[in-house]
Amino acid sequence: MGVGFGQVLAVSNLYLIFFLRDVSAELRCCKSTQHLLQNAYECVWVSVRPRLQTAKKIDDQGESDLSTVSKEDGFVVFDHVQKSYDGEQLVVKDLNLYIAKGEFLTMLGPSGSGKTTCLMMLAGFETATHGDILLGGKPINNIPPHKRGIGMVFQNYALFPHMTVGENLSFPLEVRKQGKSEREENVKRALDMVQMGDFINRRPAQLSGGQQQRIALARSLVFEPDLVLMDEPLGALDKQLREHMQYEIKHLHERLGVTVVYVTHDQSEALTMSDRVAVFDDGIIQQLAPPDDLYERPENAFVAQFIGENNTLKATVTGIKDGIASVDYGRGTKGEALAVNCGDVGSTTTLSIRPERVEIGKKSGPNAVDANVLELIYLGDHIRCRMEVLGDDQFVVKVPNSHGHKHLVVGETTKVSWSSEDCRALDA
Amino acid sequence: MILKTLLTGVAAAALLAGAASAGSITVVSWGGAYTKSQVEAYHKPWIAKTGNQVVSEDYNGGMAEVKSQVEAGNVTWDLVDVEMADAVRGCDEGLLEEIDSSILPAGADGTPAMQDFIDGTVTDCAVATIVWSTIFAYDNSVLANGPTTIGDFFDLAKFPGKRGMRKNPKANLEMALAADGVAAADIYTVLGTPEGVDRAFAKLDTLKGSVVWWEAGAQPPQLLADGEVVMTTAYNGRIFNAVAAEDKPFTIVWDAQNFDLDLWVIPKGAPNKDLALDFVAFSTATEQLAAQASYISYGPVRKSSAPLVGSFHNKPDLEMGPQMPTAPENFATAIQSDFVFWADNQDELNERFNAWLAK
Amino acid sequence: MTDTTGPLVAADGTPLKRKLAQAMFRSRARAFGLVFPLVAFVIAAFIIPIVALLWQSVHDPRFANLMPLTTIELAKWDAVSPPTEAMAAAVVADMIVAKKNKTIGRVATRVNREVSGARSLFTKSGRSAATLEAPFMEALIAKDKKWENIKIWEGMKIASKVYNPGYLASALDMRYTADGSIVRQEEDRRIHIMLFARTMEISLIVTIACFVLGYPIAYLLSTLTTRTSNLLLILVLLPFWTSLLVRTTAWIAMLQAQGVMNDLFVVFGIATDTDRFSLIYNKTGTLIAMTHILLPFMILPLYSVMKTIPVSYVRAAKSMGATNWTAFWRVYFPQSVPGIGAGALLVFILAIGYYITPALVGGQDGQMISNIIDFHMRKSLNWNLAAALGLVLLVFVMFLFWLYDRLVGIDNMKLG
Repeated sequence: MGVGFGQVLAVSNLYLIFFLRDVSAELRCCKSTQHLLQNAYECVWVSVRPRLQTAKKIDDQGESDLSTVSKEDGFVVFDHVQKSYDGEQLVVKDLNLYIAKGEFLTMLGPSGSGKTTCLMMLAGFETATHGDILLGGKPINNIPPHKRGIGMVFQNYALFPHMTVGENLSFPLEVRKQGKSEREENVKRALDMVQMGDFINRRPAQLSGGQQQRIALARSLVFEPDLVLMDEPLGALDKQLREHMQYEIKHLHERLGVTVVYVTHDQSEALTMSDRVAVFDDGIIQQLAPPDDLYERPENAFVAQFIGENNTLKATVTGIKDGIASVDYGRGTKGEALAVNCGDVGSTTTLSIRPERVEIGKKSGPNAVDANVLELIYLGDHIRCRMEVLGDDQFVVKVPNSHGHKHLVVGETTKVSWSSEDCRALDA
Repeated sequence: MILKTLLTGVAAAALLAGAASAGSITVVSWGGAYTKSQVEAYHKPWIAKTGNQVVSEDYNGGMAEVKSQVEAGNVTWDLVDVEMADAVRGCDEGLLEEIDSSILPAGADGTPAMQDFIDGTVTDCAVATIVWSTIFAYDNSVLANGPTTIGDFFDLAKFPGKRGMRKNPKANLEMALAADGVAAADIYTVLGTPEGVDRAFAKLDTLKGSVVWWEAGAQPPQLLADGEVVMTTAYNGRIFNAVAAEDKPFTIVWDAQNFDLDLWVIPKGAPNKDLALDFVAFSTATEQLAAQASYISYGPVRKSSAPLVGSFHNKPDLEMGPQMPTAPENFATAIQSDFVFWADNQDELNERFNAWLAK
Repeated sequence: MTDTTGPLVAADGTPLKRKLAQAMFRSRARAFGLVFPLVAFVIAAFIIPIVALLWQSVHDPRFANLMPLTTIELAKWDAVSPPTEAMAAAVVADMIVAKKNKTIGRVATRVNREVSGARSLFTKSGRSAATLEAPFMEALIAKDKKWENIKIWEGMKIASKVYNPGYLASALDMRYTADGSIVRQEEDRRIHIMLFARTMEISLIVTIACFVLGYPIAYLLSTLTTRTSNLLLILVLLPFWTSLLVRTTAWIAMLQAQGVMNDLFVVFGIATDTDRFSLIYNKTGTLIAMTHILLPFMILPLYSVMKTIPVSYVRAAKSMGATNWTAFWRVYFPQSVPGIGAGALLVFILAIGYYITPALVGGQDGQMISNIIDFHMRKSLNWNLAAALGLVLLVFVMFLFWLYDRLVGIDNMKLG
């Protein structure tokens, strides 16, 4: 009797504790998002920049391939897919996404944006409320998960704790009725692929997080699926290991040519690994583009804010000519910006300028304004300068620590300027 | 239990305060209609007369609780209603207080107590109150032409259906032998030999598989009423009560009835021994014994009570006399339960009975 | 620092080890002080009574204490030759004292357990013991012919053993004889081994039934939202919260011949009105009632283990091509094994000791070993035999624990 009642109490208490923990974690997340983005940007930029420069060349040929993936030749196709859990709210609103064979596509977005739901619908663990999902040209809405032949890596790895590493990898082969010798060969190859050949007889609990991650990866690939889904697979690893694994996954993808759909909320992961990134927010793909486009040519204010560091200024459009918009910042200050996604004359717009594209000291040009230096932070390769520009005291400029760069002093007033092409006029 | 503690607590407090001389005793009996008859005939008049309180508890017989209490030195019972064999055994083992028979009042007609009580009903440690009997009964709405002899009880061909029996060799073995043709007077002679015991168990074997075993006296009328059994052994008072008070269509078969005594005993070291003795003297007086007989069909052990036995307490036309085990028309084949035999043989026969039961 | 080979010393020069022990002593003393009340309580209220009771299964000084002279004489006797005059004299002398101390009844009870009929012999002879004169053997036989019977003397010899293997032998359907050997009990008095076996059988069936019924429920509970599952848990726990009498009455109303279940069977043509099923007052009744009452002990450990198995395991298995059944059997089930182990052990061990339920609804073939222990505790007052049966049961349960530890591993068990 005591046992029974105690159990009930214990269970409900546990529930309460978990609930509170989740909520507080959520809150912590929100508070630190800004810091996170700033930090992430630092490292992303360091790692991505060289890639972008080389990628640019490839893009000239390659980008056209991916941007023209059509419904007909898409390997994975989401066709007007909607999903609702409660019949009142749509978690995924009219999703149309075509993924090419061999592509590494990342679904990036904050939590609750619908990206994981999309992944689970593709895997077959959730059913679409409306619309079709096609794999290799065939609708898979009514095919159960185990017949879809999709490899999957989970956030917590989902390695079976009661099986050894070898048995874990052997499992998908067994259910496919592969012979013993063939199985052993495939398992060994898969383990060697992730440099874990020596661990075949270990149990998952005896491995570190990074090792478990590799095993999970090997297990999702061992049966040679055409499509692998990864649901925040690096979320539980520390920063250094995470970056290392990003490259490993990237290289595996390049080597095997398998199609990967990758879900993350970490933009550095998305930018490092992907061929294309679909930025999700509010159940809608905000922008689908290769990483450099996403960074350099965001199409709306959400993407500009979400990817990398960004200075935003509010203005009113006063005229548009040859793709260049004339804007009025108010208080008599005017300027020019690239008309990307702004409304007609008279509408307000959000201007987005990357901190590294701002020049200091140049007194003329269409976009030269007064700036008041508020804070200087020395960061080695550059100096981060926070200043007040056009009433915005969070305006950040990065001054490269190059030979002969301008020395600033806190409190000093100077001029900042940027080219019209680097200032993107986006939706309000 | 809580109530009991509370009551004694209140009583103790009252004693300590010296506000009143009222005390309280714990009287333990068999529950149901039987305890009710005692409450009406003994407890209430005694409470009215002395101002003391009576806490009534139920049990299922045996010396076990008494033994536990006495050996643990924590006696909470003051007075217990027991069967003869237990009274003798408890007395022999020193578990019971001796009762001086001089405290018993003379009969209402002036007969000295020791001549008024039927022979053997007052022993060193116990004073009897009633004669009761184990009989068998059936539901006459189910069996229109019901059984009339103990042979019928053991005749599954003539009367198919389940039988209810007490989970105890006592009375069952006697009835089995009677059904097998042994005369009432010879039962214990036969049962005293190994062959006689085998014979009794062989007769019980014929019923095995068709028996629902009961333990508490309140169960058999319920088994009959539920249709779980077609006939059952029972204490005669319980069946009578079901008929008289609840209008159940039950009929008692008196053939080979086993009669026994119920007696008051006082556990050694009872907390309120003097009050208990007073209660014993009061409740075994002629009038009280006769009064009890108007609530339940158990015969009073005082000769002087017999003429006072009238009708059922709320049915003036239901004469109690013919309902008694001792009524001549019921008594022809009666077997007196032999407490010496049972005191000597119950260990062995219980063991054998349990082994037989479990197989 | 100067002497690196000697023992390390603390700053004040005392050896470091002693210093450490001093420092540890305080925290140890505090820890001990905190648990001491509980330890004392468990020892006083649990261990000592149990040991004292079990001790009775081999230790019975009653006869030796009450009949000291007889005990000495019986020890000299070989149980084969005729009883001697010295034995008779000792019996008479002891009986006079026992009668005076009113302990003759206890002696009678003790010997009667070995030889039926000894009770009345002792109580009767005790009354007249003081009047007897030598030669005592003739005098005793003159009072009662039973004294001629060598079985009476054998019975006394057995009873006079203070350390007496008779009870344990009896618990295993064997008999301790006067000449010190142990032989099998007569056929029609063998009961305990059969009851031990039946107890195992019933416990095993109840455990399996609880598992079969409880596993799907526990799984369902673990997949529901906490709110719903707590509500369902209350339903599961309801039998705990109903009083024994209400529960028993409900079982009787449901299961008896004229009860709800049988009425339904008749309505659906599964049984005929004249030939109804016996669902109560037999083994079936015991099984049904015990499964009902023990089900929560299976469900709760299962539930608490299943609650911790992430849904991603089964999803992973399915994504690798496993069917629903394979995913369950190869991946989910092995991880619920700790819960099964805990639940099964809990149910089985509780079932072994159950006695109220079988007593109420078990009839004759639904009785278990605990019912016999209860009988000897409360009815026949043979506490020594009850203790012996309890000891056998305890040893058996310990053996099962050991076996479980060997097969599954006790640390591989999750109670919650």
